[in-house]
Amino acid sequence: MDLQTLWFAAVAVLWTGFLLLEGFDFGVAALLPVLSKGDPEQQRADKSLMLRTIGPVWDGNEVWLVTAVGAVFAAFPGWYATWLPAMYLPFVLLLLALIVRAVAFEWRHQRHEAEWDATWTRVITGGSVVAALAIGGALGATTLGLPIGEDGTRVGGAFSWVGWPVALGAVAVLAYSLVHGAVFLALKTEGPVRERARAFALRWSPLAALPLLAWAGLVVLRSGGLVSTVLWLVAALAVVGTWTRLKVDREGQAFLGWALVLLASAGAVFGAGYPTVVASTVDPAFDVVVGTASVSDYTLTVMTWVAGFGLPVVLGYQAWTYWVFRKRLTAEPEHQHASA
Amino acid sequence: MDVLDIARWQFGITTVYHFLMVPLTIGLGLLVAVMHTLWVRTGRAEWLRMTRFWGRIFLINFVLGVATGLVQEFQFGLAWSEYSRFVGDVFGSILALEALLAFFLESTFLGLWIFGWGRIPKKLHLATIWAAVVGSTISAYFIIAANSWMQHPVGVVMDEATGRPRQVDFLAVLTNNTALAAFAHAVVASLMVAGGLLVGIGLWHLRKRKVANRSTEDVDHAVWRRSVRLGGYVSLAAFVLVALTGDWQGKLMYQQQPLKMSSAEALCDTEAPASFSLFAFSKLGSNECDDVHSITIPYILSFLAHSDFESPVPGVNQLQEQYADAYGATYPDDPSFGDKAGQPIDYTPVLAVTYWGFRLMIGMGMVSAAVAAYALWSTRKGRVPTSRIGVYGSLLAVGAPFAGNAAGWVFTEMGRQPFVVVPNPDVPRAEQIYFFTAQAVSPGITAAEVWTSLISLAVLYAALAVVELGLIVRFARTGITEGDTTPTPGIGGGRSTDDEEPTTRPDDDASDDVLQFAY
Repeated sequence: MDLQTLWFAAVAVLWTGFLLLEGFDFGVAALLPVLSKGDPEQQRADKSLMLRTIGPVWDGNEVWLVTAVGAVFAAFPGWYATWLPAMYLPFVLLLLALIVRAVAFEWRHQRHEAEWDATWTRVITGGSVVAALAIGGALGATTLGLPIGEDGTRVGGAFSWVGWPVALGAVAVLAYSLVHGAVFLALKTEGPVRERARAFALRWSPLAALPLLAWAGLVVLRSGGLVSTVLWLVAALAVVGTWTRLKVDREGQAFLGWALVLLASAGAVFGAGYPTVVASTVDPAFDVVVGTASVSDYTLTVMTWVAGFGLPVVLGYQAWTYWVFRKRLTAEPEHQHASA
Repeated sequence: MDVLDIARWQFGITTVYHFLMVPLTIGLGLLVAVMHTLWVRTGRAEWLRMTRFWGRIFLINFVLGVATGLVQEFQFGLAWSEYSRFVGDVFGSILALEALLAFFLESTFLGLWIFGWGRIPKKLHLATIWAAVVGSTISAYFIIAANSWMQHPVGVVMDEATGRPRQVDFLAVLTNNTALAAFAHAVVASLMVAGGLLVGIGLWHLRKRKVANRSTEDVDHAVWRRSVRLGGYVSLAAFVLVALTGDWQGKLMYQQQPLKMSSAEALCDTEAPASFSLFAFSKLGSNECDDVHSITIPYILSFLAHSDFESPVPGVNQLQEQYADAYGATYPDDPSFGDKAGQPIDYTPVLAVTYWGFRLMIGMGMVSAAVAAYALWSTRKGRVPTSRIGVYGSLLAVGAPFAGNAAGWVFTEMGRQPFVVVPNPDVPRAEQIYFFTAQAVSPGITAAEVWTSLISLAVLYAALAVVELGLIVRFARTGITEGDTTPTPGIGGGRSTDDEEPTTRPDDDASDDVLQFAY
């Protein structure tokens, strides 16, 4: 395998890792109003419990996005410089959403008034939903098609990216994340929230997987081979597997099953898409491909060495964080809630 | 305004804003790690309280720095796609390595530090804040190496096939002398920011307690006193280092970007020996150097540039001619230069900005150092100052090093215009690599798009600044009260008293501990 292919794979792994990790914290944040029930005080406690499951890890998860975008720039500047300006407004929307979401996580508990808490909690939910939609839309467009002209520049103006690929990608990532968040909550909490999360996942997982499978299926139909077809089938089977595991209350296995849905779908999308990194809807001849978008072999070699040593260390300490915070969480008794 | 101007304003606003949080993150992070270490080593209550108090201010600020830093990772592509294509072989890899080697370290271990109180062994917990601080510092190094490559491109050759620089020596990029000097300068300047904050808030609390006749024997008093002393010493030491590293950087700039430095001095014509300008005034709206009149001190500029009192320092007028000869008097008549195609090139940066940016940077550093000296002197041998002017002045001066940092960056970035990648004079002219800002902007984007992002980001940033400042002021005024002693609420819990160490429990009963958390 040449270095360009290796780095295409690395970028694919980073995007997939990002969706896998941040996917559940997007999902948990989006489910806050859905899975909290009862009187206002009880709802606040439920939301608090749900947020605690992602509190220590969301920031580390978000670095996967920064690294994925950084790796696109580093290895394929031609991809970076075509994709981002072509979808200028959705990316700005993504940034606005990620900014408010990040500060909301840290600032919501800097004051103790219920109103303050409720406001920032809503910001977390809103920011997460918008961010999931924007990232999904951007990924959908780069794999399914953008109006790119001959010189790698967008044609047709500020909104020419609008189209079904963006809608499909956006819905696919949000829908996947919702169920992913629910399965994660079922795995990480005790009590009524766990029950509701499990019921939500059981009810919606088959439907929520459809847009993702449709997206992967379209890329496979366009340019897939045997491997990506098999991966697509694995993803479809994993949906069934997840559902049956949820049915018998095996949340850990369901979580792995639902993760496999994403891994196999993303594998199918990137595998079938290779070597195209931005598909042009104007003319397939204008597609941005790995060969022309990439940096020199020297730079790829340097990055391969650094990442070869750095990435295992990163994976090691991130895994350790999840180990440290591995316990299931339960709701806070009232007196301690008041003192905190 | 055309797309180029709007995009420059947007980049300037978002980056200067981001750099208000960054030096506080770097400087205060280091000081909080030191406080935490002193607590672990001595077990003294005041160090624990200081760790918690300053740690919480650190965190309120940290998250805004991270959030606004996200924009940086995207905006090189959004509005500056031609720049990104041109520098892709060098610049992108530094950003990616920064994310991989620094951001993961910083965010993961900070998460462990925030949520790890009482959950992981005490010394391991201490190690988490140090790992986060190391992450911040590595991040600063990489991003400054990337910026320094734009100021002084090394380790690359021109690739004839692509017309773009190709990296041939990664180590040369990482050990760029411009990067070493700028990194050292930025890190010690960050310590001035943190030191100034400790001094300002600490003095205010000391005075308030004295006016209210509160005890000088209790832990609270020790907290504020130690904060002022620590902040004062750090500020003063950092000021000396800022001056030394600044001198190093300045001398390099005289070799690498002489026009930036002569513009900083409004030195119109070559002088030997050259005089240092103390104050200058010019015709309003003119960027002609000959319209500038200066009050000067003889010999000093020669010394600053070359360490002797005789050497000539080139003037703006002569340099402008030299650059026009070397790089053209007009922009090439090529569509990639947009509206600027065929227009004359002004190689002189905006004189008012470089001249006053340079002086504001130095002046603000001096103000901060003077305040630190005042703080140390007025708190000597257990004294507490009650002077309103002294104490409130120190509080006001918390802003000085922030302004100094911002002014320094505005100076150095606007001082390299009209280039975005400045030609490296160490290399023969034929092999030089350079890129004009005018050709860097994304060709396909519309002014409306860039306006949208400029306005929406600026409005959001302004709103977040109000909240952040409100939170910090509110928390700093309250100080540390019973039941609110934690870097983030719930950590350690309201139930442990201030002087008590948060107990370190074994993992198996940790399930109860989560009750203490904020979430």
